[in-house]
Amino acid sequence: MGITFIDFPWAIALILLPLTGGLSCFLWPSVSKILGLVTVIGVMLSATGLGWLVIDKGVYHYLVGGWGAPLGIELYVDGLSLLMLMVTALVALGVSIYSIHYFELSYQRRFWPLWLFLLTALNALFLSADIFNLYVTLELMGLAAVALATLTGSHDAFTAAMRYLLATLLGSLAFLFGVVLLYHSFGSLDIAVLSERFESNITAWAAFGLISAGLVLKTALFPMHFWLPPAHANAPAPVSAVLSALVVKASFYILLRLWLEIFSQLDTDVDILFGFLGSIAIIWGSLQALRQTRIKLLVAYSTVAQVGYLFLAFPLAEKVGVTAWSAAVYLILSHALAKSAMFLAAGNLLRFGGHDRIADLDRVAQRLPITVAAFALAGVSIMGLPPSGGFISKWLLLQSALVQSQWGLVGVMLIGGVLAAAYIFKVLGRAFTQAPLPHEPGVVPATMEWAALLLAGGAILLGFFASEILAIIEIGSPFGAGEVKL
Amino acid sequence: MNTVFLYALVGIGLFCLGLFALIVQAHLLRKILAINIMGSGVFLILVALARRTEGGIPDPVPHAMVITGIVVAVSATALALVMILKVTESSGQPEFPDEESK
Repeated sequence: MGITFIDFPWAIALILLPLTGGLSCFLWPSVSKILGLVTVIGVMLSATGLGWLVIDKGVYHYLVGGWGAPLGIELYVDGLSLLMLMVTALVALGVSIYSIHYFELSYQRRFWPLWLFLLTALNALFLSADIFNLYVTLELMGLAAVALATLTGSHDAFTAAMRYLLATLLGSLAFLFGVVLLYHSFGSLDIAVLSERFESNITAWAAFGLISAGLVLKTALFPMHFWLPPAHANAPAPVSAVLSALVVKASFYILLRLWLEIFSQLDTDVDILFGFLGSIAIIWGSLQALRQTRIKLLVAYSTVAQVGYLFLAFPLAEKVGVTAWSAAVYLILSHALAKSAMFLAAGNLLRFGGHDRIADLDRVAQRLPITVAAFALAGVSIMGLPPSGGFISKWLLLQSALVQSQWGLVGVMLIGGVLAAAYIFKVLGRAFTQAPLPHEPGVVPATMEWAALLLAGGAILLGFFASEILAIIEIGSPFGAGEVKL
Repeated sequence: MNTVFLYALVGIGLFCLGLFALIVQAHLLRKILAINIMGSGVFLILVALARRTEGGIPDPVPHAMVITGIVVAVSATALALVMILKVTESSGQPEFPDEESK
């Protein structure tokens, strides 16, 4: 009985491959670059294989070791987790290509093991079907992310990473407390079983509060975003890209998943609170981004604002469920690609000029055209201009708000778009002019430029395949019945 | 008031105590200790929960969760301790620098 292509356990490969890759990179640091790249390509192929399987046959279950739900561990893939896995693999590929020439030799050996462990944790998180595994993967992800954020070794990086570590540990502990309470009340850890047994009582409310607070802290929703800008801005460029593009989204994914399956059964107004905080995050994050004088901090504050958009889906989903949730997922995908491209481009500018002060950018548009193109294309998606992934997601969000006459949210989204345009043109405007103090340009390898452009191009391409991607989201109907109207 | 309830109450107490210390204390080592105390509170509740089953046979699932949790807590603490050393090395004090002095 041979294993055919379609039966190959791709989901297992998605976890084991980066894990063994990371261990090998740790054991043989001299070849870590090649090992890392091969691993990431393998992860990309596995994600494609799994995608083929899921699109062909629908929702995918895997019982680890042949043991089912109450005793063993189950892996579960529906349209939502599939898209998260695919975008993770794509960003991972771009970031890895970028990293080949970004790090010096002594940093390569520290970067690759941690990065592959982070990738393992991310993949495992998106495959998990029970809340305790989600906790473990959340912690694995947090620890690897914090260690990566310290890689530059500067004082600022260490204090920022320390704050990040405390925030992430506090978030995970609150989440674990919630998990304990859910297990206490309903006697199961499996999300599907919990969703059936769930009923509103005081313990369920406490669990909901703790889990939401923990995940909101990790997703850096205003006002719990204090740790994000310094940590993301002081990390090396590829690490900032991964932190902003994927790590923040992973905790949002858990919140979304648990909200849909379990907590939507509670009769709560928390969705309105989420929408309110999201609105403030959009305005405040964009204004802060506009105030920054350094590119990396600007991009980091832009993440705070974009996270705000994700939370707008909660109040909107009450009436137009599927459309609002699909918009949020689309935003996760397009923001992951655009923001990683933007951080990689910022890394190129930093390498080129030796600094990332916006005012001192010296004619980079002529001298680094590919990097500036990548930044501009990513900017198109962040602003939400057509044709881009960002446009589709913001259009869907706007449409959901218009249908329900939520004028406040419509206004916030429009102002957020204008502010985003302002902070992106603040950088692009300086790219063409000569700086007051010209400087010796550093050398930026071509792979680093093209990696940024590859990801930015992906964010734009997302705008052309809306119906295909929305169809994938529907697999296993994670958002319940209904369809998206474009 | 039964024993499980008492354990749960102590666990919640530890969690809140740790949270309070995490916010109030400036010394990073104390912050890490606070996180560990919060973790102990959660683990205590988990261990107590295992005895809730009928017939007095403990439920093994919470035990497995506690062991996993302890492993995670130990690794997190190890990472945090190394980072405290690095912060102290670069700034001369095991605390966050004041925002104003930056």
